[in-house]
Amino acid sequence: MATVTLTVNGKSVTATVEPRTLLVQLLREQLALTGTHVGCDTSQCGACVVHVNGDSVKSCTMLAVQANGAQVTTIEGLATGDKLHPMQEAFRENHGLQCGFCTPGMVMSAVDFAKHHKSPTEQQIREWLEGNICRCTGYHNIVKAIKAGTEAMGRTA
Amino acid sequence: MYNFEYRQAQSVADAAKAVGADEEAKLLAGGMTLIPTLKQRLAKPSDLIDLGGIAELKGIKREGNAVVIGAMTRHVEVATSDVVKGAIPALSHLAEGIGDPQVRNRGTIGGSIANNDPAADYPAAVLGLNATVITNKRRIAADDFFKAMFETALAADEIVTAVSFPVPEKAGYAKFPNPASRYAVVGVLVARTGGAVRVAVTGAGPVVFRQKEMEAALGKSWSADAIAGVKQSAGGLNSDIHASAEYRAHLVTVMAKRAVAAAG
Repeated sequence: MATVTLTVNGKSVTATVEPRTLLVQLLREQLALTGTHVGCDTSQCGACVVHVNGDSVKSCTMLAVQANGAQVTTIEGLATGDKLHPMQEAFRENHGLQCGFCTPGMVMSAVDFAKHHKSPTEQQIREWLEGNICRCTGYHNIVKAIKAGTEAMGRTA
Repeated sequence: MYNFEYRQAQSVADAAKAVGADEEAKLLAGGMTLIPTLKQRLAKPSDLIDLGGIAELKGIKREGNAVVIGAMTRHVEVATSDVVKGAIPALSHLAEGIGDPQVRNRGTIGGSIANNDPAADYPAAVLGLNATVITNKRRIAADDFFKAMFETALAADEIVTAVSFPVPEKAGYAKFPNPASRYAVVGVLVARTGGAVRVAVTGAGPVVFRQKEMEAALGKSWSADAIAGVKQSAGGLNSDIHASAEYRAHLVTVMAKRAVAAAG
């Protein structure tokens, strides 16, 4: 067993894990942060995307021990109290979801996108979503949501 | 996943010692191939030696007429580096097309070339740009590094520390990506450096290779038209659910022409 200490959504967390424990397992099973989903479990679908030291990563393809000392943000860490993060608000306003399973990963991926693109084109958004799969929406409203959310984040930054 | 012991290497020497002492131990770089492999129980290492904490393996710098990229430098850093974009834009373009943004945020150049996946992008860059692979023991020319499918010249206790890319006069990379994985069904990197032309093909065969007929044709005339008539033989090429050997052979010429056009 190994001991890991990391910051999750601003709080310091220490946990005992097996070396083979995935970051997503630590988050969901030990820290009860079940907003991060496991879809494909093969690094394809992006339902498990979280931020590690500010970068979006697939938490099903990272060991918990690799996150030792890191700053981790999950979907639960975005909103401030009852006030949604601008990207969450944009997904709601634009109906960027249907069943909602992929949404946490979509939103976390989109927040990372917004940090690197101030006035994005639809093409840039669609290319960025290479690592996030949605089986309901056909992506149309997700793309609209990310455009609106990115612009809203630019206004509040 | 089978269980294993994990430890973070403190230095390259420390990692080499650990991996040399135990043939069941494996090095962990970005983990973008190794972790999925472990999850499918296709490998059962006794120990994972994590290279992620070794600062000297990270970073990009210009050294004379070469761009030197540390082995643990992530794809996103190569894709967005001003040094790479200025000196070898084809290389930043190649890195930008690997996998997806989350893979590029973790995957590393050293991990990619040490794994030597036949459909990976970086082997085409290393071979096509005539790079030198620098390890903890020696410097290995690109022509001597990639041996066979998932096989390189690296010894058991040898660790890639950096890759040195000579700055070319012109270079371009074009690939036909698998629509799901973004691995190269076929990817071709063309480069002209000091008058010498190299054409490196990944994805098509069991291991990256040079297309010497195209090199000769481009040496005479640097244009997409010069190689339009060069046919790649399908013999020995990969054939799978994604593409037949004949289809891949055809794509080699198409991608090479596009790479030359991209190089300008």
